[in-house]
Amino acid sequence: MTAENLSALALSLRVAVVATLLNAAIGIPLAYVLARRRFRGRGLLDLLVTLPLVLPPTVTGYYLIVLLGRRGWLGGPIYGLTGWSITFTWYAAVVAATIMALPLLVRTARAAIESVDRDLEKAAFTLGRSEWRTALEVTLPLARNGILAGLVLAFARALGEFGATLMLAGNIPGRTTTVPLAIYTSVQTGETGDALVLVAMLTVLSCVVLIAAARLGARAT
Amino acid sequence: MRVPLLVAVLLALVPATAPAEELILSVAVSMKEGTEELGRLFVRSRPGVTLRYNLGSSGELQKQIEAGAPVDVFISAAQRQMDELERKGLILDGTRRVFARNVLTVVKPADSGLDLSKPADLLDPRVRRIVIGNPRTVPAGQYSEESLRTLGLWDRLQGKLVLAENVRQALDYVSRGEVDAGFVYATDAAAGKPRVKEAFRPGEDTYRPIAYPAAVVKDSRRPGLARAFVDLLVAPEGRTVLARLGFQPPP
Repeated sequence: MTAENLSALALSLRVAVVATLLNAAIGIPLAYVLARRRFRGRGLLDLLVTLPLVLPPTVTGYYLIVLLGRRGWLGGPIYGLTGWSITFTWYAAVVAATIMALPLLVRTARAAIESVDRDLEKAAFTLGRSEWRTALEVTLPLARNGILAGLVLAFARALGEFGATLMLAGNIPGRTTTVPLAIYTSVQTGETGDALVLVAMLTVLSCVVLIAAARLGARAT
Repeated sequence: MRVPLLVAVLLALVPATAPAEELILSVAVSMKEGTEELGRLFVRSRPGVTLRYNLGSSGELQKQIEAGAPVDVFISAAQRQMDELERKGLILDGTRRVFARNVLTVVKPADSGLDLSKPADLLDPRVRRIVIGNPRTVPAGQYSEESLRTLGLWDRLQGKLVLAENVRQALDYVSRGEVDAGFVYATDAAAGKPRVKEAFRPGEDTYRPIAYPAAVVKDSRRPGLARAFVDLLVAPEGRTVLARLGFQPPP
C-alpha cells in the first residue's frame, strides 16, 4: 500500500474513533431523552437529529459550512477571536462524520431504550433511585446491546463518510484525505489499482461491522 | 386517486423526446462561460441540435474519456491531458486545435485587508491558507505548482496549501473567505468579481504558456458536427466571444 493510502487509513480510523466517542457522549443522552421524556420541541429535536440520514450529504455539508466556515454563524466569531478556523482541518472531518453518524446511533439506541420494561424503571424509582440513577443503573444497562449496535453502526458510518467531509474538510492529502476521499481521488486520476486495496478494505470492514451490529441487535431482544 | 399517480410514474419513465442531434462537450471548467456562449451561437444556426456540457477539471475529464465516456468534443485547459489522449489514440486525427490562452493570477477575498502585491508576500504569517487546484488533475494547479517552484516558494508554502478539485472550486474557496489567497486564471478572477479581487499576477515566465486545445474524440458518433464546433472556437466569431471574456488569442 502506498504511503498516501496508509495515511488515509490512519486518518480515517482516527476520525471514526473520535466521532464514535463524540456520538456516545451526545447520542446516548439524546436517545434517552427522546425515548423517555415528553417536552416541547421534542419532535423538532428528533427531526434535526434524523435529517442527516435522509438529506444528501452535500446538503448537510453546506449547512456545516454556513455554520462553521470562516464566515459562518459560529465559525465567523471563532475566527475573529482566535484566527483559527475548523475548515480544511481533520477536526472538520470529525464534525462531519459525527453529524452524519448521529442518527444511526440515536435511532438504534432509542428503540432499545424504549423496549426496556417500564415496570423495572418504576420499581427502581419507587425504591428510592433518582431518575438519573435509574437511567444509569437500570435503563441503559438493559438497553446495552442496542446501544452498542448503534455505536458500531455509527463507527461504520463515520469511517465511510464522504460528501459532508469533502465540503467541510476538503481533500488535502496527509491532512484531510480519508479513505473514501482517497478512493475518489485514485479513481479520478486513473490510479484504480491503488483504490482497489482501499475498496476491498472498506467492504470487508463494513461487512464485519454489519454482522457485529446484527448479533448485538439479536441479543438485545 | 390511484390513476393520476400511476400516470405520473409512467410519464416519469418515458424518456424525454430525443433531440435530433446531441453533442456532448467535456469542457475544462475555466472555459465554462466561453463554451456556453459559443454553444448558443452554434445551435442558433443549427435547429434540432442540442449541446450537453460536462464540466470538470481537465484531468478528470481526460480520465472519463479514457474510461469510454460517450464524449464528442474535449476542451482542455492544458496540452498535457490532450497529449495523453492523443498518445492513447483517443483523439480524431487532425482535429486538435489550440484556440485560446490564459494567464495565472492570485486572488484574495474582496474584503481582505492583506496587502498582497508580490509572490513573496504569500510567506506572510497572516496568510494562513492558500488554495490551488490539485496538481494531479487540475491544470491550473499544475501551472501554479510550476510557478511556485520557479519562484522558490513551493516547499516553503506547503503547510498553507489547500487543494481544490477544479479551478472554480479554488475560486469559490476564495470568494467564501475560507482561504486568504488562491491561484486561478485571470478569466476566473473576472468571473469571480465582485466577491474576489486580484492581488498580483505571477510572472508569465515562471510557468509554461497556458494554452487551451480542443479536439474531436475518436469515438464521437457525430464527428462532422463535433468538428464544426471546434472550427467555431478558432473562427473570428469565436475569437471575439473569447476575447470579450478575457481569453487571449492562440499564438
